[in-house]
Amino acid sequence: MGTRGYRYKTSHSLSGPGDGGKTGSWRIQRPVIDLERCTPARRGTEVCFICWLYCPDSVISRTIPPVIDYEYCKGCGICAEECPTKAITMIDEADAYQDDEGLQACSTEGPRPCT
Amino acid sequence: MHIIEDGNAAAALGVKLAGAQVIAAYPITPQTPLTEKLSEFIESGEMKAQYVPVESEHSALAACIAASSTGARAFTATSANGLLYMHEQIHWAAGARLPIVMCVVNRAVGAPWNIWNDHQDSISQRDTGWIQMYACDHQQIIDGVLKAFALAEAVSIPVMLCYDGYLLSHTYMPFEVPEEEKIARFLKPFAPAYALDPDDPANLNTVTLPDVRVDVNGETAHGYMEIRYLLQEDHRAALTVAQEIEDRFTEVFGRGDDALLEPYRCEDAEYVVVGLGSLTYQLHDVVDTLRAEGFKIGVLGVRLYRPFPSEALAEALTGVQEVIVIEKALSYGYEGALCSDLKAALCGRQPTVTGMIAGIGGREIRTADLTDTLRAHVRGAPDEDPGWIGIRL
Repeated sequence: MGTRGYRYKTSHSLSGPGDGGKTGSWRIQRPVIDLERCTPARRGTEVCFICWLYCPDSVISRTIPPVIDYEYCKGCGICAEECPTKAITMIDEADAYQDDEGLQACSTEGPRPCT
Repeated sequence: MHIIEDGNAAAALGVKLAGAQVIAAYPITPQTPLTEKLSEFIESGEMKAQYVPVESEHSALAACIAASSTGARAFTATSANGLLYMHEQIHWAAGARLPIVMCVVNRAVGAPWNIWNDHQDSISQRDTGWIQMYACDHQQIIDGVLKAFALAEAVSIPVMLCYDGYLLSHTYMPFEVPEEEKIARFLKPFAPAYALDPDDPANLNTVTLPDVRVDVNGETAHGYMEIRYLLQEDHRAALTVAQEIEDRFTEVFGRGDDALLEPYRCEDAEYVVVGLGSLTYQLHDVVDTLRAEGFKIGVLGVRLYRPFPSEALAEALTGVQEVIVIEKALSYGYEGALCSDLKAALCGRQPTVTGMIAGIGGREIRTADLTDTLRAHVRGAPDEDPGWIGIRL
């Protein structure tokens, strides 16, 4: 099915996930958080969140632990550069594909939103 | 009302009558009197519009793009290097499908610096996606501004109305001013397909991926290529729309004819001279002289250059032995752009096409020189390709 019937003749987008396309596909390297070193994850308190603050695409959540949305993370690496405890490592996408399960190491209850 | 004024004043009156709401322009010779006139109209309260003073032509068109995006009827004007300074925004306005109207007061491009007339400025913007109309006299300028807004808004494509610097912009000519009470019957208020609204924000023309995408509403949205295809499709359709608008103009104001081409003594012609702008009216005199000498020759003015009226031209020139294109611009390293376009339109048909160049940088095009050149050419004298009329090397 083509776009002939689309309501606009130009590029028109609304603020919301995905209206610029699935930009996660641009990524060559992906940031992976080591929860053993991540300050909010380790302490279980609302601290640090430097990665959330610096992420230019707002794909890191302000939760305990922080979670990266790989559908839209372009892999710029700013979070890894800024993390004060060096908890974030950039790894090659090619390698990540082989071990996709273990990458997003969250607790079984999932990330806890901050208040 | 019948008045005598210069071409820039005719354009300014047209813009006022069209009810343009935002004017942003930067002065450049020979366009300056046009923007001065508009600024006077607004300052005196005679015209209800916002004049945005800007520091450059690039900003002038950027301001018009912003204004048009909010649903305002926007106008700008420039010449030569000012037009080239706009170039990036010229592409943008067309890609964003904004019905801005711009008068291009044609002037030669530097270097070397030159303020006189030729067509290199607007011809070099040929491939930007704008519609290009060429006016031959003041009546076509003032009426052309109204038709340009009507066409731009009907097809959502910006329009350049081009007219010759000095030859038209600074010469005085009598013309009819369209009656204000009839304007509303011809030009409806601008009702954009989409207008920016602070209460319902959206992003326009942000990065658009090579492929189609699913938008936040779950609908499949165009990729870049679909958007560009639609621009081309609507450009070609504008050939028909331009004629419909011309017919509506004739119905309301009682003048107007063919929106695409303007033939003069082309019936039974063996030779037809093709050109753009005021040169084609000068060629009427040349043709009268040569006809009196027994040559079967006519003139065909191209009033709408983009979209290119390829089929209308092919039809008009079928059966003609030779077409001679005289241009005030060229694609360096090859030939005049109109000549190339015409050859493509006539490919596989009878007439041969010869290109000639004249009036570059305001070199005077003497009617006697045109007559002598065409007479010699029709008699079979060899000329250079492309032949430059009036060159003194």
